[in-house]
Amino acid sequence: MRPNQPVPIIGLVAVAALSWNPLQAETDPIELTRGAMLSNSCAACHGTDGNSPGEIPSIGGKSARFIETALQEYRSGKRTGTVMGRHASAYSDEEIRLIAEFFAHGK
Amino acid sequence: MPRLSRRRFLELLGQAGTLSALSLVLPPLARAADKPGAKASARVVIVGGGFGGATCAKYLRRFAPDIHVTLIERDTRFITCPFSNTVLGGLNDMDYISHDYSGLQEHYGIEVVHDSVTEVDAAAKRVSLTNGGKQQYDALVVSPGIDFRWDAIAGYDEKTAESVPHAWKAGTQTETLRRQLEAMPDGGVVIIAPPGNPFRCPPGPYERASMIAYYLKTTKPRSKLLILDAKDKFSKQPLFVQGWEALYPGMIEWIGGSDWGGIGRLDAANRTLYSTFDTPHKADVINLIPPQKAGAIAHAAGLVNADGWCPVDQRTFESTLHKDVYVIGDASVAGQMPKSGFAANSQGKVCAAALAAKFHAIDMPEPSYVNTCYSLVGPEYGISVAGVYRLVDGEIKSVEKSGGVSPIDADRQFRQTEARYAVGWYQSIVSDSFG
Ligand SMILES: Cc1cc2nc3c(=O)[nH]c(=O)nc-3n(C[C@H](O)[C@H](O)[C@H](O)COP(=O)(O)OP(=O)(O)OC[C@H]3O[C@@H](n4cnc5c(N)ncnc54)[C@H](O)[C@@H]3O)c2cc1C
Repeated sequence: MRPNQPVPIIGLVAVAALSWNPLQAETDPIELTRGAMLSNSCAACHGTDGNSPGEIPSIGGKSARFIETALQEYRSGKRTGTVMGRHASAYSDEEIRLIAEFFAHGK
Repeated sequence: MPRLSRRRFLELLGQAGTLSALSLVLPPLARAADKPGAKASARVVIVGGGFGGATCAKYLRRFAPDIHVTLIERDTRFITCPFSNTVLGGLNDMDYISHDYSGLQEHYGIEVVHDSVTEVDAAAKRVSLTNGGKQQYDALVVSPGIDFRWDAIAGYDEKTAESVPHAWKAGTQTETLRRQLEAMPDGGVVIIAPPGNPFRCPPGPYERASMIAYYLKTTKPRSKLLILDAKDKFSKQPLFVQGWEALYPGMIEWIGGSDWGGIGRLDAANRTLYSTFDTPHKADVINLIPPQKAGAIAHAAGLVNADGWCPVDQRTFESTLHKDVYVIGDASVAGQMPKSGFAANSQGKVCAAALAAKFHAIDMPEPSYVNTCYSLVGPEYGISVAGVYRLVDGEIKSVEKSGGVSPIDADRQFRQTEARYAVGWYQSIVSDSFG
């Protein structure tokens, strides 16, 4: 949760201030990683950061192990669902691991 | 040490009258703005606050809170096409599909301007608004959706569409079509005339037929629905046909373009659609969905190819015609992705990543794109088509041995679950794009 990090107030860093946006976002920033790129696609159904507002199960904050196992089992067909098998089959082991880690950290 | 929120931190900064060690609170990417080639306080202007533009704005601010994002959208309320068919079916009202921009402003610090962009000066990197204002940009994202080819069908133009609705942009058009269905007598005929490919939402006309049939079956069961298609096949066809036979036996008839000849002309006054063979098809309600092209501003800005759509670098969505201008959503040529709200949302995220990477002078991760289109055949009968896409030789291509449509041999329970997920998808994508 970066915005809540302790903030020592020191010195004058004008350059950084110029890049500061007065229209401040309240939500956490996300790092531009491959894991984020893969996982953001899931948000259209599972909600931003995996927090679903409705009928589709939330995955944000579930353990990495749980998500990784679920995706692998959807891919192999061991676990059956409606649409997840059709999605999971597109991802490699490594990609599944990255997605699981992303959502396990609540983002 | 006490923990400070960003807002409190800014207040403190103001009080202290100093500009402090901001790099400590900026996320890693924002710190990357110090890298050579990186641009501090870049300004990105986004035209069109639909599924593509809104998502791009939100995710750009999440990837790079140092970038100033201005979203320019004509309307103060966004009425979604997704789920507008459920309004026609009488399952939901217009409020259910109407959303505003307060979430993007309040939670993500996006500057939202309600106006229309009339001109893009790509050389000067500036857009003009109807109020005479101008906005300077470092990068421009254009997500204007579609406009119609009003010259394509004899007897059909924007004015005529007020009485013969397309309802392919949601809003008053949706309401007009709903009113006409309500006014129609039992035993009446509805014609839906879908266009040829490519067009916005390939399964949309057939979901619409389903939802209208649901309404007719429950209120005017002797009525008929005729789909006079420009095409000879359509998205999820076996699944739709199976669902129609199960839920609305004998009510829906679909005729492919080669069989009826396609549209020759419309006689709006007599609610008659003539085929190219001059055979008349008379109806009580005609829903005529004309051929489409990229939204008007894309044409005015010189972003379109000979087919009227916008060619882009499919990795970043930067226009191949104008530098520093990006086109996403329905307006863009996006390889094998369909023109859907889901696809526009996915493209918005990839484009946001490309822009964050550009302004922070870091490498963009390999893009990944997804689409899923749910269709409601009945309130408790859903079907879907899914796709995961990657960039292959510069083109967005479906990942082999993945994706596809719902199984044809699924049981009632499966269709019920997918109907529930269709609703869940709508709730999620609205909050992921606008909230
Ligand atoms: C009946 C129907 C059902 C559908 N169902 C689904 C579905 O279930 N799932 C799905 O994924 N997709 C569905 N779609 C498709 C979906 O609506 C579109 O693909 C999606 O809206 C495309 O997003 P976009 O950002 O390209 O354009 P839009 O969402 O249309 O947004 C464009 C925005 O730009 C604004 N604009 C345009 N020009 C200017 C300008 N010059 N200045 C300022 N603002 C401007 C417009 O006001 C508009 O708000 C459906 C479509 C229809 C018609």
